[in-house]
Amino acid sequence: MAFAEREIPGDGTLAATFKCPTCGRVIAMLTNPMETQLVSSLGVEIGGRTVPAEPFETISKAVVTGGPAWSSDAQERLSRVPSFVRGMVKKIYGDYAKERGITEITPAVMDTARAELGLEGM
Amino acid sequence: MRTYHQLTDPDRSGLADQIGAQRRRVAEQLAGVQRIVAVMSGKGGVGKSYVTAHLARSLARSGRAVGVLDADFNGPTIPALLQTPPEAAAPAIGLDGVKCVSMGHFLTDGAPLSFTGPPAEGFVWRGAMEAAALREFLGDVKWGPLDFLVLDLPPGMERYLALCDILGAPPAVLTVTIPTAESRDAVRRAMRAAVERGSDLLGIVENMVGPQFPGTAGDDLAREFNAPVIARIPFNPSPSVWDEIPLR
Ligand SMILES: Nc1ncnc2c1ncn2[C@@H]1O[C@H](COP(=O)(O)OP(=O)(O)O)[C@@H](O)[C@H]1O
Ligand SMILES: [Mg+2]
Repeated sequence: MAFAEREIPGDGTLAATFKCPTCGRVIAMLTNPMETQLVSSLGVEIGGRTVPAEPFETISKAVVTGGPAWSSDAQERLSRVPSFVRGMVKKIYGDYAKERGITEITPAVMDTARAELGLEGM
Repeated sequence: MRTYHQLTDPDRSGLADQIGAQRRRVAEQLAGVQRIVAVMSGKGGVGKSYVTAHLARSLARSGRAVGVLDADFNGPTIPALLQTPPEAAAPAIGLDGVKCVSMGHFLTDGAPLSFTGPPAEGFVWRGAMEAAALREFLGDVKWGPLDFLVLDLPPGMERYLALCDILGAPPAVLTVTIPTAESRDAVRRAMRAAVERGSDLLGIVENMVGPQFPGTAGDDLAREFNAPVIARIPFNPSPSVWDEIPLR
């Protein structure tokens, strides 16, 4: 059996498939969300790492910092911020939203905050 | 039925290598750190964070390069004690030039720490996530050269054990107790764990010494563990008491 593929469907589970090089038969290993979380807490990539771990990977991905919700496009934009300042940037927008009673951060909120706080480039 | 050890393929995940790389990352980041000191007590509210912050500041005033790693993720009090600017990148610079990293810098004001993950099994994976956070505080912060890296640990033994594993060697330990028998018994457990893991006991700080808390915890523990009481700190001490602590 040879490792074939790893899939992360986005619902907190993980699938790894293995294939027999001679008969072509495939088997899959599935992990439930709890098992997946335990593996991810080790900071390792199943299937191997292609790029070195980013700084604060666990903290920036897995720590819920409290405060307002982030829309998915706002989250996507946040994920493009270099990880070593992502936590800080998230906090700045979070504090901004809290002070103004904004419950969800969207790209539009981020634009207004940036202009008001003079944070061009964040 | 085949087992893991019969896999013929090379280990593409390379988990052992990945863990090895994490270890090297921590070792490289801490290469310029002369001494790592864990502040422990086994009990909350005895003044670990207070002692950590004031001792760190005193060391810094005497010309040492000092960093504080706030390892109390659920009750991070170091940023307030060192008055670090709220939006600084890690490590933040606090009073007297002490460098500091704390979960407080990553959380919205006053928000408790919580992780994304399946809530029903939180008790299973929470400790593992906290150990991962500790590893990142050690391996991903550019501490630079330091004479002392002081770690403010939460009550209990778990963070200390994770620290030993991540560092690959037990850190030196400073314990904080208040004079009462109750505190002594809690701190004794912490000190036993530290001795079992092979930590060097730097000494005991007896805090909140005064009529409010009668007892002889400091002397009792000193006798039992053959470690010195390196300071007796009253309530609201004068700043000079920190400079008299023989840890330089
Ligand atoms: N010697 C002292 N004099 C006055 N207040 C103190 C002293 N030691 C601790 N405190 C206060 O007691 C409280 C608990 O101390 P803290 O350092 O947070 O404890 P721990 O970190 O062990 O849980 C804090 O409000 C702190 O400022
Ligand atoms: Mg504390």
